Amino acid sequence: MKINLARSAILILLALTLVGCSTFGAKDEQGDGAGAPVSEAGQEGGGSATSAAREGGVWRGNPLDNPDGPLATRVIYFDYDESRIHPDYQQIVISHGQYLAANPRVTLTVEGHADERGSREYNIALGERRAQAVKTLMLAQGAADSQIATVSYGEERPLVAGFDEAAWSQNRRAELLY
Amino acid sequence: MRKFIVFVAMLLQAVQGFAALTIEITEGVEGALPIALVPFGWQGSGAGPDEDIAAIVARDLAGSGRFKPMPVADMLARPTSDTEVEFRDWKVLGMENLVVGRVLPNGSGGYLVRFQLFDVFRGAQLASHTIPTTQADLRATAHQIADFIYQQLTGERGAFATRIAYIVSQGSGTEQRITLQIADADGQRPQTIVTSDTPLMSPAWSPDGRRLAYVSFDNGKPAIYVQEVFTGKRYQVASYKGINGAPAWSPDGRQLALTLSKDGNPEIYLLNLGSRSLRRLTNHYAIDTEPAWSPDGRTIVFTSDRGGKPQIYQVPASGGRASRVTFEGSYNARASYSPDGRYLTLVTQQGRDYRIGVLELASRRLQLLSDGQLDESPSFAPNGSMVIYATSKGGRHGLAVVSVDGRMRQRIVSQERGGAVREPVWSPYTSAK
Repeated sequence: MKINLARSAILILLALTLVGCSTFGAKDEQGDGAGAPVSEAGQEGGGSATSAAREGGVWRGNPLDNPDGPLATRVIYFDYDESRIHPDYQQIVISHGQYLAANPRVTLTVEGHADERGSREYNIALGERRAQAVKTLMLAQGAADSQIATVSYGEERPLVAGFDEAAWSQNRRAELLY
Repeated sequence: MRKFIVFVAMLLQAVQGFAALTIEITEGVEGALPIALVPFGWQGSGAGPDEDIAAIVARDLAGSGRFKPMPVADMLARPTSDTEVEFRDWKVLGMENLVVGRVLPNGSGGYLVRFQLFDVFRGAQLASHTIPTTQADLRATAHQIADFIYQQLTGERGAFATRIAYIVSQGSGTEQRITLQIADADGQRPQTIVTSDTPLMSPAWSPDGRRLAYVSFDNGKPAIYVQEVFTGKRYQVASYKGINGAPAWSPDGRQLALTLSKDGNPEIYLLNLGSRSLRRLTNHYAIDTEPAWSPDGRTIVFTSDRGGKPQIYQVPASGGRASRVTFEGSYNARASYSPDGRYLTLVTQQGRDYRIGVLELASRRLQLLSDGQLDESPSFAPNGSMVIYATSKGGRHGLAVVSVDGRMRQRIVSQERGGAVREPVWSPYTSAK
C-alpha cells in the first residue's frame, strides 16, 4: 500500500470541497452510503473519488475521512533526538488506536522519519523508535499488533527541503498511512 | 601557515548526463614538496591520446597535500625524455623533483606510456617505467603513475588508483531517483550500478573491492543486498522484519556485521555469508547501530545511545561486554577504523554543527578534520592518508576529501540543482586492476 501524504491531503481537500458544495443545498448522493469506505470507492472508480458530507453538522461517513476529526491528522511531530510522543499529539494517536481497535480489519503503516542531522543509520534507528512509540500507544488502546506495520526511512525522505529548524522540525515525524 | 588556493579543476559530465561533479582544491599548504610534471610528449602520428596524463598525475599529487606541482605555464622547457633535461632549468625554479614522459603508439588502440622521475638537486634519475595501456585506461594509468611517484618520494603507498562508491539523489517525493555509483578516487569516470525510486543507503566495499553491500528500500521495506560490481549480479542477504541496515564487511570478507531490529530494537548481528547463520553481538534496549570492524577483525565499534546520547562503543567480535570509546562531546557516531587500526574517523557534534573527526585510540585525542555544518559518512583511503566524507553547507551538498593531517582539503561538488551526492566510501586496494 502506497498511499502517500499527498494523496491523503488531496482526499481531505476533496472532502472539504464536497462539504462546501453541500452547504449550497446540493442533493447529497453520499448520504445513503454513510459508513462506506469512500476513499477506496474512489480508487475503484478509476478517476473519480467520492466522499461523505456532513448531515446537519454530524459526520456519518467513515470517521477516517472526517476532515474535522482527530483521525484527519496523520502526521505526528517529534522533538530533536526524541521519540517521546509530545502531549499535543497524544490524543490524536489514541484516537487512531481506538479506531483500529473498533475496526479490526483496518490496517495501518506507521512510517518513522528523522531530520537530516547526524548519521544516517542512527537516524534510521531513531525513525523506527518514533514509529514504535506511536504503535505502542495505539496497542494500548486495544489495536492488534497485526494491524500496525512500521517502517523507518530515517532522514532519507524529508517532507520539507531546507536547512534550518523550520524544515527539520517538520521532518522529525511519524506518518500514519491507512 | 595555511595558504588558500581555490581553483576549479575539472567539469565532468557523468553517465546519462545528470550528475556533473566538479573538483575544487579549497585549501593548500606551504611546505609541500615542489615537483614539476612536464606534459607528456606524443610520439605517434595524428592527434594522440585525449587525456593529459601529466595533468592528472599533478592533480592527484596536489590533492594529497604532500606535493605542490608547478604550473605548466611557468616551465622554461618541456622535455619529454632524459636526453632533453637540463637540470639547472629546474633548479633555478626551486623544483626538487621532475617527471617527464612520452606516449607511444602500441598496436591498434594501444599505447605505451614511458616516464622518468628525477632528483633535480642530485641531477639523477630515480626511476623509469614503461606501462602498456589503452585509450579507455589512460586515466587509470595516470593514477598508477601518481601512486608510483608518491611511494618513491614519501615512502608510503599511494591510493590514487582506487575507487569510491557513493549515493546520488535526484528529485524528491514520488519523483525521487536514487543511484549507487562508483567512480575513480578523483570523482571521474562515474558509473551507475544501481538505480531506484526508493532510498539506497550505506554502501560498503568488500575487502577485495569486487562487491558492494548496501541497503535498498524496494517494496517499501529495507533489505541488505550484496552486488558484484563487475557483473551487476546481486543477491539479498538480509530482509528481516524491521531495520536491515549498516552492513560492514569483516576483513576476511566472510561475514557482514549489520543492524537488525527483528528482535525488538536495533542490535548488531554478525551474518556468516557462507552458512547464512546469524549471531547477535549486542543486547541492549538502546539503539545499537553502525558497526565497523577493526583491521585485525577482533573488535567491532558501533554507535549506541545507551548512555543517553549517541556515542561510540566497542565490543569483541567474538562477543562480550561493550565498553565506551568516546567521551568528548554530546554526539559521536558512525565510526570506522583507519587501515592501521590506530585511529577512528567519526561524525562529531561541535556546537550546532556536525563535523568529521579523527580519534587517536591510544591517546583518545580527537582532531577535527572538517568545517561544514552537516558533514557525515567519513571513510579512510586504503593508505590511511586521506578521508572522504559528505559535506553540506547552506544547502550545498558534495563530497570532500581531506588529508588526515588536516592540511589539504578538496571538494567534489554536486552541480545538479536539488541533487545531492552523499555517503562516499573509499574502496580497498584491489589486486586486479
